Amino acid sequence: MTTSEKYVTAAYCVVFAVVLVYVLIMALKLQRLEREVDELAVRVPEDDAEETPREPARVG
Amino acid sequence: MGRTARIPLPALAVASLVLVTTALAFVFFVVPNDANQGFSQRIFYFHVSIALTAYACFVGAAWKAFRHLTKQDPDADLESYVLVHQGLIFGTLVLLTGSIWAKISWGHWWLWSEDQLVLFLVLFLFYCAYFMLRYSVDPGPRRANLSAVYALFGVVLIPVSFAAIRLAKGLIHPVVFTRHGPNFGGWILVTYCIAQAAVLVLAYTLYRLELGGKRLDGRLRELREALA
Repeated sequence: MTTSEKYVTAAYCVVFAVVLVYVLIMALKLQRLEREVDELAVRVPEDDAEETPREPARVG
Repeated sequence: MGRTARIPLPALAVASLVLVTTALAFVFFVVPNDANQGFSQRIFYFHVSIALTAYACFVGAAWKAFRHLTKQDPDADLESYVLVHQGLIFGTLVLLTGSIWAKISWGHWWLWSEDQLVLFLVLFLFYCAYFMLRYSVDPGPRRANLSAVYALFGVVLIPVSFAAIRLAKGLIHPVVFTRHGPNFGGWILVTYCIAQAAVLVLAYTLYRLELGGKRLDGRLRELREALA
């Protein structure tokens, strides 16, 4: 591998790593939010949950 | 982003993956070596695409900030914030890939004498300070208004940063876009266009992902307060 090839590979690896870390952070955050939704669902009485149809949340 | 907001996130993720893979295949297997820079010129395809995407994010943030200030669009503040965040992520990538390219081409990681590099760093730091401002004010209309004004001011730096390379003397940073269009053609242009499309779709996918998370977070906070 020449020096140029090493640097080009490093540049693309940096881009990949940054995007990967960002996606992992977002995935962890969404997991946490999912857990919190579950916790809240437990706190809401089951009767209320059945009677009141929940409005769908925009997530993307 | 009205109509595009209806595209499901998984479809966007697949489109990003396909486009990025295609762009990488073109960069490494199709496009010929540059006559002057040889193999190292291959950094150009993603470096320039990422730089223009970062500018697009900051312009988008300013547009959302403008909408917040003029039309009191309730979602605009959050959208502007997420776009600034995306712009900073892509800005970080511009600085990192640019430094690597500079090391191969010029023998230096960074040159303070290069106006465009310094102006991009100023732009980057300006938007870093956006977060300091935002988190120093309590959530509410005041914070949203201050952030919007700041994001609008920042957009002024973009044409300055873009024009610096054309105004500077004795520069070594290459000029890829002139008044007559791009300074390249053939496979280089095709590959660049694919890479640009790939990075734009990737940025939009990440924007939608982050915005979805932030909205869900906001709704959960409201629910928790209502249940308390």
